[in-house]
Amino acid sequence: MWSLLGIAVLVVGFVLRLNPLLVVVGAAATSGLLAWHDPVHSLAAFGKAFNDNRLVAAVWLVLPVIGLLERYGLQAEARRVVGGIRQATVGRLLLVYLVYRQITAALGLVAAGGQAQMVRPLVAPMAEALAEQQTGSPVNAQLARAHAAAADNIGVFFGEDIFIAMSSIVLIKSFLESSGISVQPLQLSVWAIPSAIAAFLIHGARLMLLDRRLTRSGA
Amino acid sequence: MIGLDFVLFLLGLMFAAVAALTFRDPTNPRRYSSALFWGLFALSFLAGKWLGDLTNGVLALSLALIAGLGGLSRGSGATTDAPTRTASAARFGWRLFLPALLIPGVALAGSLFLKYATVAGHPLVDPKQVTFVSLAFGVLLALAVALPMLRAKSPEPAIEARRLVETVGWAALLPQMLAALGAVFLAAGVGKTVGDLASQYLPLSTPLAAVCAYTVGMAAFTVIMGNAFAAFPVMTAGLGLPLIVQKFGGDPAVVGAIGMLSGFCGTLVTPMAANFNLVPPALLDLPRYAVIRAQAPTAALMLIVNTALMYLLAFHK
Repeated sequence: MWSLLGIAVLVVGFVLRLNPLLVVVGAAATSGLLAWHDPVHSLAAFGKAFNDNRLVAAVWLVLPVIGLLERYGLQAEARRVVGGIRQATVGRLLLVYLVYRQITAALGLVAAGGQAQMVRPLVAPMAEALAEQQTGSPVNAQLARAHAAAADNIGVFFGEDIFIAMSSIVLIKSFLESSGISVQPLQLSVWAIPSAIAAFLIHGARLMLLDRRLTRSGA
Repeated sequence: MIGLDFVLFLLGLMFAAVAALTFRDPTNPRRYSSALFWGLFALSFLAGKWLGDLTNGVLALSLALIAGLGGLSRGSGATTDAPTRTASAARFGWRLFLPALLIPGVALAGSLFLKYATVAGHPLVDPKQVTFVSLAFGVLLALAVALPMLRAKSPEPAIEARRLVETVGWAALLPQMLAALGAVFLAAGVGKTVGDLASQYLPLSTPLAAVCAYTVGMAAFTVIMGNAFAAFPVMTAGLGLPLIVQKFGGDPAVVGAIGMLSGFCGTLVTPMAANFNLVPPALLDLPRYAVIRAQAPTAALMLIVNTALMYLLAFHK
């Protein structure tokens, strides 16, 4: 019961906007100490978990390539390309990217996008350039970049579960199995389709509203 | 067999180069403590396997302390300016996209086909790590194409990697730290306690109430844990299975699938899901919660939709 205090440390730390690394270590120490009454054991448990999760950082491997290409004008080129398309708007660009991300994720191709690989070098500069074109000023650049990142997340979250071999589908299946219920992956993935369609409609509508807002603020 | 160790070795190499460049960077006001930070991170990739749990714990704690006490800062300069970039973009044009698209391209092709590649009867790539290994191959191939194409000098990738790593800063470690916290929470029984509390104190006498408690519970617990995978076993064992499936006769496939997606609504709004919500603002030079703010309305509406869908679809028999 008292181990729940770790959650309280976490919430308070994030609300006070302390350095998140410190907050996380503080929360782990709180829950660990209250559960095991042993600082050495708690620190070792955290160290083992930290070491076991090193692969989470694998995405940073793309930084030398992305940085090199940026040095030679990748973002400038991305801006120039969308600037040449008259019908292009932030909303339409991100709608296309949302659909691309949902469909590729539904086919199991989660690696076809991503924040470091696609959003920073390509999608975000394109969205930023279009926002500037629509409003005639750079004031909405931040909003456009934030929405570029959001479209990537929402697309992959509400697409990936349609793929039968996705890790979340495997988790659901094996958990239900351990409770004595047998389901096939395909049975699970079909029930992800209605939510995927709803996500496309809801977020697509929000992107169209974003366009209207940007165009109006430019007029 | 090429696997985990190969990817970790490359990561270690990259962060070691970042540490060395930071150490020698006079424009960085805290270059020694910053170099120590990236050096320790590199050490974790290169030697974490042999360090032992307690030493790894000390290492993680040191990283948090350096960042938390303001020991991490970034240098300036060392890259090209806007006019140079525009001129260079005009010169290379669409060819600049080629290496950028090679990375996802090779990652995709690799995760589809490398699983089956064998050398002398042994698998070439560890089938469990094929996605990460393919990503690493994509990066190496992209560098092999980009360097001669741009006539870039060999230290430039490292210099630019240092620039981006310093832009991201401590957020580069946060996903890993949070994953570790999730594991500690799980081992300390935090998840089970929350699940027990939810099932004991909520009035759940109708199917609709049970469905609402489960989907909202999945989202809320995911907000705390930062990961729907951690919330799913707890909430499904506490509410989904005993109430919706066993008591009210809901279809477990619907409950499981839409339950997980309700958790994803929580992922979209929590700073705990750092790689989705806090790393992008660091990469894109945005305020810390800008991406969460852009996602929150969609997440809220999707939670309502998922709840309605589960209620309508789970009891279809």
